[in-house]
Amino acid sequence: MSKIKSFEELKQLRKKVLTHMDIREKGDHIEELVEVRVAMATCGIAAGAREVMNIFVNKIADQGLNNIVVTQTDCMGYCYAEPTVEVRVPGKEPVVFGKVDEEKIQKIIDQYIKKGELLDGVIPMTHKEMED
Amino acid sequence: MSKYKMHVLVCGGTGCISSESEKIVKNIQECLIQHKLEEEVQVVQTGCFGFCEKGPIVKVLPDNTFYVQVKPDDAIEIVEEHIVKGRKVDRLLYKDPGSKKAIEDSKHMDFYKKQMRIALRNCGFVNPNNIEEYIARNGYYALGKVLTEMTPEQVIDEIKKSGLRGRGGGGFPTGLKWEFSRKSKSDKKYVVCNADEGDPGAFMDRSILEGDPHSIVEAMAICGYAIGADEGKVYIRAEYPLAIQRLQKAMNDAEEYGFLGDHILGTDFSFHIEIRYGAGAFVCGEETALIHSMEGERGEPTIKPPFPSESGFWGKPTNVNNVETFANIPIILLKGADWFRKIGTKKSPGTKVFALAGKINNVGLIEVPMGTTLREVIFDIGGGIKDGKKFKAVQTGGPSGGCLTEKDLDTPIDFDTLVEKGSMMGSGGMIVMDEDDCMPSVAKFYLEFTEEESCGKCTPCRIGTKRLSELLKKITSGQGTEAHLQELRRLSVVIKETALCGLGQTAPNPVLSTLNNFEEEYIAHVKDHQCPAGQCTALLQYKIDPETCVGCTVCARVCPVNAITGERKKPHSIDQKICIKCGSCYDRCPTHAIEKR
Ligand SMILES: Cc1cc2nc3c(=O)[nH]c(=O)nc-3n(C[C@H](O)[C@H](O)[C@H](O)COP(=O)(O)O)c2cc1C
Ligand code: SF4
Ligand code: SF4
Ligand code: SF4
Ligand code: FES
Ligand code: FES
Repeated sequence: MSKIKSFEELKQLRKKVLTHMDIREKGDHIEELVEVRVAMATCGIAAGAREVMNIFVNKIADQGLNNIVVTQTDCMGYCYAEPTVEVRVPGKEPVVFGKVDEEKIQKIIDQYIKKGELLDGVIPMTHKEMED
Repeated sequence: MSKYKMHVLVCGGTGCISSESEKIVKNIQECLIQHKLEEEVQVVQTGCFGFCEKGPIVKVLPDNTFYVQVKPDDAIEIVEEHIVKGRKVDRLLYKDPGSKKAIEDSKHMDFYKKQMRIALRNCGFVNPNNIEEYIARNGYYALGKVLTEMTPEQVIDEIKKSGLRGRGGGGFPTGLKWEFSRKSKSDKKYVVCNADEGDPGAFMDRSILEGDPHSIVEAMAICGYAIGADEGKVYIRAEYPLAIQRLQKAMNDAEEYGFLGDHILGTDFSFHIEIRYGAGAFVCGEETALIHSMEGERGEPTIKPPFPSESGFWGKPTNVNNVETFANIPIILLKGADWFRKIGTKKSPGTKVFALAGKINNVGLIEVPMGTTLREVIFDIGGGIKDGKKFKAVQTGGPSGGCLTEKDLDTPIDFDTLVEKGSMMGSGGMIVMDEDDCMPSVAKFYLEFTEEESCGKCTPCRIGTKRLSELLKKITSGQGTEAHLQELRRLSVVIKETALCGLGQTAPNPVLSTLNNFEEEYIAHVKDHQCPAGQCTALLQYKIDPETCVGCTVCARVCPVNAITGERKKPHSIDQKICIKCGSCYDRCPTHAIEKR
């Protein structure tokens, strides 16, 4: 590392390293963010849940969507519709989307998360979340 | 943007490292590699989470899952269940002491809910060995701003406006101290960071240095600029090897990046820091003693004035501040004095870090806004008293402080209210006592400490603390008289008024405050020769209640000195002349027929 020679240079370095802490900063403010929970049960993984997660994370990174955070969750009980994701917008009921692929992910981001419009493929919640 | 999807934070504080947290880091990393997840999950060793008693701590982000008492072997399960399958490892989750339910994430833990982390903002969050993580958290930004956009006077003004008061115990306004140091004319000045932390049981300064050493380096440089000093010293006890190692690494990295050394960030300002090791005497935390110790002399206090800000290290103006005080500086300059003033109380803005200990469910390091009540700290954050016992008192301010009781629970805590109630803030030790604690014994514990730590320079403290501790020994061993209580009071007042330094001046506080709050307990000891809390062995009597005894003979068999006699199925009795008060019978009686009084 060569010495930082001005406040300007420090600001630039700060910009560069800011993303190192991204996941942690988001976790710290998770209640204010849109949370996308990817179901990682056995069948989910077989159906490509990890791929779905990667696509989400990459899209968020590429499009600089700082208000969205991706987490994992356990089996949600919708084997027939895997891969599934649950989207939790602060102040709204969680919504589950089934048979998620790249195209659907973009729609979820553009239509549901950004504009609040519902789209096809929403799975009716058979059970209410217990914890909240 | 980084492609990591998860961060796994593993506590690397002194507490958790001593229970093998480094091995946990290694095991998690290996397991991630096996699952080809090392590019997706970052493992970070952080500083203390403040929850040391339940350590080692592993926290998974962004979902904030908080695992406690993790063993190196649990690493596999955390990776294979939680990280691969999204299933939290239930048995490692923190259980609420009240409801006994597992808590999913730290956001729902009472321990964290009421906390506000300013001085500890990076502890348990960044890797203290990684300067870039500190920079990502706006580290050194305040230094850059100060050096390029503010005059020293403006810096001092901002700190004065913030109302920050010294966290080392005295609560002296930090901005004012900086102003004195700035106004002292001299060719050479020093900035000293007091990391002696001698209060038994306190570890806030250690945790800050271990978890966020760069904040101290940055703050000292800012202070140097403000007062006109180019040299800083950190006085730290040699018993803190990890803190020393992390601080040294932070200083080296800061120098490499150009935040320390000559021409910092291309400006005319230069600043160097050096570490000085203390031998660990309590009195060396007193600023004049600390300075003498740094000069290679005996660590004995001298009379103030002159204050160090006029004449300190080698007779030069020296600005001494505590670690936690410094930790507040960068963020105040980043967010502004007005932001800081809004937190806490009018006369004590900001937060305070406390080391919660004693008979409480959640032992640990906490930070709360000033003005939080003791009830919130003890019952909400602390999770209440252990084993459902009754709260009796809480000692704040360590050996210089006093105890507060039930009636003080709703007092908002700040520098002034604690003094009004006969205690003090001190460095932030907070020891909770329950119905089983004997207050004269508590006072005796602290006086034995100060007697031992008195440097011996002045008579009131050297002889006085010895006499106080002798009196307390008499009282707790059943040889006390009512005259002794008067003597305790008289002597305490004399010592307070005549001792040379803060150690002696505050040493009688534990005696006076227990006497004031629990006089009837002292009277019971000297008049009735009884210890109501059942702690003073010499005053105890074990007695068998003939109504409850079923004559099972268990006690007679466990008694090591055969003090118990009685026929089978008939009430037994204890011969007081033989009984050595070992308590075995009391512990074993199936019908709880044996009383301890
Ligand atoms: C007996 C005694 C012990 C002290 N120990 C410490 C200590 O361990 N750490 C500390 O910062 N201040 C300690 N102090 C207070 C210091 O003398 C000094 O007031 C303080 O370091 C100033 O920093 P602050 O204004 O930032 O609190 C002690 C004072 C006395 C009388
Ligand atoms: S009060 Fe005690 S510690 Fe302080 S100078 Fe006197 S003897 Fe030493
Ligand atoms: S153990 Fe208890 S019940 Fe049994 S003989 Fe002793 S006092 Fe009586
Ligand atoms: S306290 Fe110990 S010595 Fe005394 S009677 Fe009980 S068992 Fe025997
Ligand atoms: S295993 Fe398929 S949804 Fe649970
Ligand atoms: S050392 Fe790990 S929580 Fe304090």
